[in-house]
Amino acid sequence: MKKSIGERIKRTEDPRLLTGQALFVDDVNIPNMLHAAFLRSDYAHAYLRSVDVSEARARPGVVAVFTAEDMGDDWQPGPPLVSPPPTVEDITFYSRRQVPLAKDKVRHVGEPIAVVIAESRYIAEDAVEDILVDLDPLEVVSDIETALDPNAPLVHDDLDSNLAAHMIQSKGDYQAAKATAEVVISRKIEIDRGAAAAMENRGIVADWDSKSQHLTVWDTTQAPIPIRNGLAARLGLSESQVRVIAPFIGGAFGPKMMMFYPEEMRIPWISIQLGRAIKWIEDRRENFYATTQERRQVHEAEMLLTREGKILGVSHTFLHDSGAYDPYGLTIPLNTESHAMGAYAVPNYFSDLTVVFTNKILTTPIRGAGRPQGIFVVERLLDLAAKELEMDPVEIRKLNFIPPDAFPYEQQIIDQAFSPLIFDSGDYQPVMEKAAGMIGYDQFVKEEQPRLRAEDKHVGIGIVPFVETTGVGPYEGARITIEASGKINVATGVGTQGQGHFTAFAQVVAEQLGVDVKDVNLVTGDTAQFHWGTGTFASRGAVVAANAIHASALIVREKVLKLASKLLEAPEEELELEDGYVRVADIPHLSISLGDLAAEANPLRGAVEPGTEPGLEATAYFGPKYGAIAFGVHAMIIEVDPETMMVEIKRYVVVEDCGTVINPLILEGQIHGGVAMGIGNAYYEQLIYDENAQLLNASLADYLIPTANEVPRIEIGHFETRSPLNPLGTKGVGEAGTIPVPALFAQAIENAFPDHDLEILEMPLSPNRLFELLQEKESEK
Amino acid sequence: MSDLYQLSITVNDTEYQRAIEPRILLSDFLRHDLDLTGTHVGCEHGVCGACTVLFDGHPIRSCLMFAVQADGHHIQTVEGLGSPDNLHVIQKAFWDAHGVQCGFCTPGILMTLVPFLENNPDPDEAAIRQAISGNLCRCTGYQNIAEAVKLAAESMRT
Repeated sequence: MKKSIGERIKRTEDPRLLTGQALFVDDVNIPNMLHAAFLRSDYAHAYLRSVDVSEARARPGVVAVFTAEDMGDDWQPGPPLVSPPPTVEDITFYSRRQVPLAKDKVRHVGEPIAVVIAESRYIAEDAVEDILVDLDPLEVVSDIETALDPNAPLVHDDLDSNLAAHMIQSKGDYQAAKATAEVVISRKIEIDRGAAAAMENRGIVADWDSKSQHLTVWDTTQAPIPIRNGLAARLGLSESQVRVIAPFIGGAFGPKMMMFYPEEMRIPWISIQLGRAIKWIEDRRENFYATTQERRQVHEAEMLLTREGKILGVSHTFLHDSGAYDPYGLTIPLNTESHAMGAYAVPNYFSDLTVVFTNKILTTPIRGAGRPQGIFVVERLLDLAAKELEMDPVEIRKLNFIPPDAFPYEQQIIDQAFSPLIFDSGDYQPVMEKAAGMIGYDQFVKEEQPRLRAEDKHVGIGIVPFVETTGVGPYEGARITIEASGKINVATGVGTQGQGHFTAFAQVVAEQLGVDVKDVNLVTGDTAQFHWGTGTFASRGAVVAANAIHASALIVREKVLKLASKLLEAPEEELELEDGYVRVADIPHLSISLGDLAAEANPLRGAVEPGTEPGLEATAYFGPKYGAIAFGVHAMIIEVDPETMMVEIKRYVVVEDCGTVINPLILEGQIHGGVAMGIGNAYYEQLIYDENAQLLNASLADYLIPTANEVPRIEIGHFETRSPLNPLGTKGVGEAGTIPVPALFAQAIENAFPDHDLEILEMPLSPNRLFELLQEKESEK
Repeated sequence: MSDLYQLSITVNDTEYQRAIEPRILLSDFLRHDLDLTGTHVGCEHGVCGACTVLFDGHPIRSCLMFAVQADGHHIQTVEGLGSPDNLHVIQKAFWDAHGVQCGFCTPGILMTLVPFLENNPDPDEAAIRQAISGNLCRCTGYQNIAEAVKLAAESMRT
């Protein structure tokens, strides 16, 4: 059988994308379509006293203006977006969901107050300026560290404080371990907010057809099926009356998963009210104020070790910034906890999590989703321990890795899916050694670095391993049909935002059915084609969806063999599927094409035997017992310019173990992009808020996304330990590139300034901030 | 509402006459009046480069220009470059080198590169990265874009 899985196959979707022929949401054009623009709050926290839209309504070209009052009983907070938190002991969780249009009070800058519907977007924006709004500003909860002060203003007036959630997780007996520890490293570690900043902003087009009583919605969502189900429920429609299409999406990285944004609920509702198609496309400014963000946490962290460098325990008491609402539950901080023990055997763990409300846009997962914070905490503590113990950073890590014979390794805490956190498989040491070898770690430290330092060059090296929880449930599904043309049609529910699903999933089908990937037509993200599933998130496409497709392909293969065996009068075990034909092995002229076989399976006359189904088609599902744990090591050599504090990355190495690789070309692209975002998170991308919770750098001119000049060439090595949890043996990789980069930057920058005793305990850095940190150390000298 | 302005513009070798408001951005005119939606809009403040088109052969940000400013001029968009069945050599190179992921920034990068490669038939990595440094891409990390440009340059030389 010809191999398809593991081949570097070019993406089948590219010719359309390269020629401007691929449909994105803003490309949808419906006759008589109207356009929406939102009036948003300029204040982070204020009472909404009145909204006067009379002048806006009178403007020529304006069709309607809606405020919260105009929605009547249809005004209700959005649904929770993930299941409520688990009933672990002594958990506190206050659910406060975002509202469709602000009523009584605004809780963050950018919260929508009114929406104008007009003949053009230009007119709609003019009319937004016509609206008179009376906002009565309140004291602002601008940061998590002051949010729980007794005199702090309240984001939600009906709560006693800004506490959103509190929860403790532990393993072993941390306090007992501390009594015996020979080395204790304690530090405060801070991570600030950043943006996903997909190149395409959000957008939605809703088209209610009153004659057919049918709603069609094009949405920049990662999760079209939950959106369809939720819209139907909220709008009082049957699910069969609502079709949600996630066409080509211009990058997502998490925030497009966050279903039921205020706009996402409002635009379809207005389409039904007016009986017209409505388009709303977010602009970049709105993207900074109204699309979810992530990463702000403050940890009081501690690591216990023996004098030999063996980890005895990790603890962290930490604050997590939820923003103004918390519909996404505890996903992000639970991910942080799942990664705060890193890839290491940590016998004792204690975590005390406090989530607080602030007057900022809410936080939901962004590529990495709490994992970079956990890895930053554990890797920083380990680096500081290595310094104190005068140990080599590579050696102290090798000493503490979970050994290969310990898998499945139970972490004894719960993960983001509220399931026990179990590391399914891995072999960490050889991956570390491979990365150290590729970057020439020993040779650089022993020979090159001393030579370059003698020339006054600030060169540093870093090497950081990381784990990634991937491929969580609950499930995905797929339907595969062999058509009479011989083409294979595959429908699955996940959305696609550039991950190459059309090709990688086709390879999984081609592997079983012996066809060319060009003959596999894949449909993703259209609820009219497939309407069971959850979505694209948590690095789960190649694990959960691909295994559902694999399961369907196996059933179709069985059907093919059974029918062909009958028609060719040959036993199934002598049949081969190749090049779109079923052949009797060794008798090439005895064959039938898959297309002819599909026609035979769907006869127009005669009788289909009882108990059988027509056609060569199958639908199957896959739900993993728990997530598959990927592993990797990043290493880099940098040179810092002591005048400008710019970091030049001389070499960057990634060794990745994500189990079975479906398409190395696509995998490498995922890693390149992930690292680029990680570099932004580490050294360029910080959302700067002032004391009034006003965002000061809400433009791409001020919020710096790495360009081609900041991102280096990335050398990639592979290692493969198959996951035992799914038939393909895959582990996810979508977020992997991003996760260890801040920890790697911290280690390498400290290494570049050996005379300064620098401690980097915050992310993101910037050239300015590094300059300040070095100045502080200079003045201490 | 402003008065309408008579616009005569050549886009991808086709001449169009339209009466439009003077405030309509060139990017919106191309996308919504001419239905040439291959030109994407990512920031509307001239930073991301997704809306780059050729103005009399020079790459410009179509979100920073009014359509009326293009009166009497020649515009080329990604639709004028090649078709799925007949890709331009640069498009083909992007396909071969996996220089595309979500594809949103891609049309702007392609239009930036057309004149760059005409003027720089054999660019090195640093020159390529400098050439695309005004185009933001969030998916690819730029490495395979750089590979694609080298591949395209090689094909164009032979």
